[in-house]
Amino acid sequence: VSTATAIEGLLRELAPEVLGALVRRYGGFDTCEDAVQEALLAAAVQWPKDGVPENPKGWLIRVASRRRIELWRQDSARRRREETVALEAPPDPEPAPVEDDTLTLLVLCCHPSLTPISQVALTLRAVGGLTTAEIARALLVPEATVAQRISRAKQRIKASGAEFQMPPEAKRSERIAAVLHVLYLIFNEGYTASSGSRLHRVELTSEAIRLTRQLRERLPEDGEVAGLLALMLLTDARRPARTSADGALLPLAEQDRSLWDAEAIAEGVELITETLATAPIGPYQVQAAIAAVHDEAAGFEDTDWPQILALYDLLQKVAPGPMVTLNRIVAVAMVHGPLAGLEQLAEAEADPALAGHHRVDAVRAHLLDMAGDHEAARTHFREAARRTLSVPEQRYLESRATRLEP
Amino acid sequence: MKYMILIHSNPQSRGIWDGFTDAQRAEGYAEYAALGEDLASSGELIVAEALADASLTKTVTVTDGKTIPSDGPFAESKELLAGFFLIECDGMDRAVEIAARVPETELGLVEVRPIMQLSGDDV
Repeated sequence: VSTATAIEGLLRELAPEVLGALVRRYGGFDTCEDAVQEALLAAAVQWPKDGVPENPKGWLIRVASRRRIELWRQDSARRRREETVALEAPPDPEPAPVEDDTLTLLVLCCHPSLTPISQVALTLRAVGGLTTAEIARALLVPEATVAQRISRAKQRIKASGAEFQMPPEAKRSERIAAVLHVLYLIFNEGYTASSGSRLHRVELTSEAIRLTRQLRERLPEDGEVAGLLALMLLTDARRPARTSADGALLPLAEQDRSLWDAEAIAEGVELITETLATAPIGPYQVQAAIAAVHDEAAGFEDTDWPQILALYDLLQKVAPGPMVTLNRIVAVAMVHGPLAGLEQLAEAEADPALAGHHRVDAVRAHLLDMAGDHEAARTHFREAARRTLSVPEQRYLESRATRLEP
Repeated sequence: MKYMILIHSNPQSRGIWDGFTDAQRAEGYAEYAALGEDLASSGELIVAEALADASLTKTVTVTDGKTIPSDGPFAESKELLAGFFLIECDGMDRAVEIAARVPETELGLVEVRPIMQLSGDDV
């Protein structure tokens, strides 16, 4: 690990703690967040040159506190009102924490007054310690767009009157669910098949896993937090095999399983096994269990489809949705044959959420292919390819259609 | 989700614009400026541009490695692309809501199209 990478990792670990210390001391999440961001940038420039200070967290808190006063001085309207607090000495770098700041920050960044897009940007910056430029590159949008999302999100949080503290017990599970959703979005955003731009992109999948690990440390009893972490580990473990050498997306049936990350699979399987035995069941856990069954099969033909079908039955009860319905139908076809799957697909299509969805065509194409009706399969692969919004998926569906040319 | 809002012009819309008073035009510009500012401040705007007059277009053809630009659009199209917004928002419903603020919607000259993503779920 190079010094620069080590420093970057350290800064991102410390970012939420430094921000927590500042907000506790001074209040005013928005200004504190800006000040911390500037302190992180200063450290990223200075530390590789001058060395990491003896107490890096204390250094960041000192610099951020100073920067906060400067930012505050620019805002003269507040001057008189907050003068006494603002000029107080910086907070103690090692205070006895009343509550966990990282958890409080996560919950605040995923505040219900924000859109998911803004929750993602704010979480990556305030908790992940990423710069606006890094977030912009990772999300493939201009830096100005991300900067606006963050500043608007902070305004909204301020306007909503949200405090820097954990929500009351009654609201907690709903707010934690919002945090899990944002972490899941970050993971999925990074789980991309494109390799060209990867050099310059922060790995959002790793970042999502890192943040979910942090969350799990704080909420070890929460089955869904563990379930999400297991799901990420078990999904990300397949990444090295997910694309061919020329960048095309490979389905599970064609992946070289020796490339899968055995360590991540072992960790994910252990985590989900333990969680299912102890915690109340939830959708992330069931999805992780499904991923575990796939990951534990030595080859595609060894996949325990009856178990996967049973898990999809369960998932459809705890968290029904159009994509769950479709994935379940694939499992039905693997257990009871393609005709049974096609029959259920015809019924499922009546759901308005699925009518005209390209995934219906993709699943129908697969099932028709299994049933030996290659011509109809080709037509539906083409139709699905035409309507998907994903470039790698389009490429995959087109190649499936081409393979079926007579 | 990213979307492109495409704004076209046609002889009718160009005629209306040409017939506008200065005050009416100022109002049109103001509507566009307000939409752009709102989208920038909500963090939904990626880029918005108005295209120059269609008569300034070059059609580019490469034949045997030789680039041959020629004047004007490639077809006698009555409907021409006049400008666009590239946005990122929470879904098609929101994109349509944004597009509805473009004045040309009154003439049916505004389209919203989803943008392809580089990410994809497992297949």
